[in-house]
Amino acid sequence: MNAVRQFGYLRHPDQDRVRSRAAHHDVVVVGAGPIGLSLAIDLAQRGQRVVLLDDADRIGEGSRAICFSKRSLEYWDRLGVGQRMVDKGVVWKVGKIFARDALLYQFDLLPEPGHKRPAFINLQQYYAESYLADRTAELPSIDLRWSNKVTALERHNDHCALTIETPDGPYSVNASYVVACDGARSALRGMVGADFEGQAFEDQFLIADVKMTAAFPTERWFWFDPPFHSGRSALLHRQPDDVWRIDLQLSRDADPAVERQPENVRPRIERMLGHGDFEFEWISVYRFHCRRMRRFVHDRVIFAGDSAHQVSPFGARGANSGLEDAENLAWKLALVLRGVAPETLIESYNTERSAAADENIRESTRSTDFMAPATAQEARMRQAVLALAKDTEFAKRMVNGGRLSVPSVYETPLSTPDAEQWNAGPRPGSSLIDAPLTDGDKDIYLSAAFAENRDGFALLEFANGASVEVGANVRRIRIGGDGLADHEGLAMKRYDATPGTVYLLRPDGYVAARFRHPSKDRVAAALARANGLQ
Amino acid sequence: MTKLSTSSNFAKPDDAFRMILEAHRGLEDHASHALDTALVLILANHIGDLDVLRDAIELAKQSADKA
Repeated sequence: MNAVRQFGYLRHPDQDRVRSRAAHHDVVVVGAGPIGLSLAIDLAQRGQRVVLLDDADRIGEGSRAICFSKRSLEYWDRLGVGQRMVDKGVVWKVGKIFARDALLYQFDLLPEPGHKRPAFINLQQYYAESYLADRTAELPSIDLRWSNKVTALERHNDHCALTIETPDGPYSVNASYVVACDGARSALRGMVGADFEGQAFEDQFLIADVKMTAAFPTERWFWFDPPFHSGRSALLHRQPDDVWRIDLQLSRDADPAVERQPENVRPRIERMLGHGDFEFEWISVYRFHCRRMRRFVHDRVIFAGDSAHQVSPFGARGANSGLEDAENLAWKLALVLRGVAPETLIESYNTERSAAADENIRESTRSTDFMAPATAQEARMRQAVLALAKDTEFAKRMVNGGRLSVPSVYETPLSTPDAEQWNAGPRPGSSLIDAPLTDGDKDIYLSAAFAENRDGFALLEFANGASVEVGANVRRIRIGGDGLADHEGLAMKRYDATPGTVYLLRPDGYVAARFRHPSKDRVAAALARANGLQ
Repeated sequence: MTKLSTSSNFAKPDDAFRMILEAHRGLEDHASHALDTALVLILANHIGDLDVLRDAIELAKQSADKA
């Protein structure tokens, strides 16, 4: 029904080894979806060899995830694929919410200029995976093995032993670390004996991706109780190639086998569009869970993305949070494998990303409860909000048709608390904020300057004479003086900076510490702390 | 942290009680529920303080249990 890209299974010399002499690898990533691919690229760019396994030999089963956030695009810039995603994707930032047929509320997810990347792009997941797969082919330290399905996992003190099924039969490899990016139905989750904790929602939703030429603007449109789908919610969102995502809430007792039949979906979509001039790309009926593993780190088996946590789709918090997982983990794992940081640094991945998962689950649950009230009083509350929203600002802000993914702020032992007065700017534990700069006569965004510092920590310094001394493995992004020019003053403003201000940025673009008056010792202490060397 | 005020704040409390009562007069149950719900949201926003709201909910729950 839509683009499927086939990859070839290739026999690997590891398969010729007997089990007792199985090959040893530092990292085996299981699952070549957007998270596993991104993680493998990130690790490879940090000088780490990676084996990436996938049980299939192709990508492109339906559009699936379609909204990729600014933060994800900035991450993909660091992985060398951001531009390709943006070139193909549909850029958007405005969402509109309708009640019945009237516009109730409109939001702009990136109202200010001076950012390299938009609030969001929509892009079918198979394009994202395809571009990431192309990027892995440019990195010789990634060993991507299709049609390799992990069927057993043995956990030892200092390694894991994996049994892998292939078209040529099974073989074994050992790995210092295994990262499970194998999705919502993760087989590895079962193999470590971990289960999910959380809430299942009874409401069913129908996704129809339809191909048509339409004049709708490139905005996210969400309806409560629209005339074409009475009593329930609907979503319309544009994707590349004239494909439109339509998501319709169904009743709790709808029969999914019946509802997903194209002849039953067609009249629903015709009622919505007022015409029948479209073709189906993908149809899916789903229920969802808001749940997560209690721990994402099980000794040497680490979980990332849907294998670790799941939410409803209405906040674009699935794939985007998985990509944040990958970025959070990659640098830590690379430092631990290089022997630079202690193994306990991995625990901060669990701390930071499980708190992020809680936040995503909380937001997603609230959206779902608003869309699908569980009791008569919940329905009355929603009705009151929708009615009040026509005339009052406070109620508009309570209308919840999905709160879209923003990077989490971490309360983390890796951060050095502020010791000076700050009125704005990203506090420690926050993600970096973009700003427009110039390098001589060349425009460069701060996010792009950071992306050039792919490996290691970076010191963002607002020039005031000589630079503060730090170790050779810390890169510098210098603004003002002999560094990058901040003509519009936006970097200064967004970082609440004064001459001499310094931000210490982690390799994942998070602020580890910031100083008004940095000394060599204070920066060194913050750096050690962010490396898990308390 | 602001505390929930439970001392009497109206010069003539009967006026306030009467005003709410009259707003409901003549309404069917479903319309009364809808009115109360809207009123709760409007007043909660006017208070604009989660701690006060939490205390108010707690007090309301206690009194509802006793009723």
